Amino acid sequence: MSESTVRDKVLFGLAGFAAILLTWNLHTIFLVMPDELNQGAIWRIFFFHVPAALLGLTGFGLGMIFSLTYLFTNNLRYDAIAESIIEVALVFAAVNLVTGSIWARIIWGIWWAWDARLTSMLVCWLIFAGYLMLRRAIDEPTQRARLSAVVSIFGAVDVVIVWKSIEWWRTQHPAPVLSIRNGGGMDPGMESTMYWNLLALFCFAVVLVMVRMRQARISQEIDSLRRLAHSY
Amino acid sequence: MDLRNSQFLFIGFTAAWVIPMVYLILLNLRDRKLRRELDRVKRMVEQSTKP
Repeated sequence: MSESTVRDKVLFGLAGFAAILLTWNLHTIFLVMPDELNQGAIWRIFFFHVPAALLGLTGFGLGMIFSLTYLFTNNLRYDAIAESIIEVALVFAAVNLVTGSIWARIIWGIWWAWDARLTSMLVCWLIFAGYLMLRRAIDEPTQRARLSAVVSIFGAVDVVIVWKSIEWWRTQHPAPVLSIRNGGGMDPGMESTMYWNLLALFCFAVVLVMVRMRQARISQEIDSLRRLAHSY
Repeated sequence: MDLRNSQFLFIGFTAAWVIPMVYLILLNLRDRKLRRELDRVKRMVEQSTKP
């Protein structure tokens, strides 16, 4: 069995697993979970808001690790992996920002507050959106990889600030609620559903990254064929 | 379920699904474009290698 066949099987398997798990989680979130005492129904948005944040920030961090690996090895494969992961992480970070804003409209009465957590997350999103724009602007692969790696390392510093902002400053954003961050602000039954949804979205994110990496391989093949055609 | 804020809950869940789905559609479009480009470049290489 060829490598691409195995990869396709893993991709479809993960996509199927994610779809089944997401369906089951939606059933639990809407039909099994009770309303939160103070927030009512809107608190259900957390089941997508929090996992999206975790996936976005983890993706940016992983992107930085692969960018660093590229800088040490000069292997463009790591640059392609970093780009794929960061692009998918940006999608989840967007979900986090939008769902958070909708939740804030009901609970705080405003769409947005310029507090440390929200602002640092927006800055983080903008830095990595800039990372992708920078890549489109540079044609030469090694220069593109080197400069974008520097941007991703710069952005990863903001990831740490986003993560710690609710501990370092008094923010309008709620303090940590998950027990893994010593929050303890959530019922264990509700928290476990959060982790199940995180797993489902993680599988979905891996599928997206795998598809994006396949495209990166095709792009590299096109580049090398073009060079070959021009060399004749 | 308390339905007082159901409109915003609906908007929130729609956003949580629509954003990744739009990205998925864009990925699919990019995939097709890349495959067309790969075929075109392969033909170009074949033609340039012909004696």
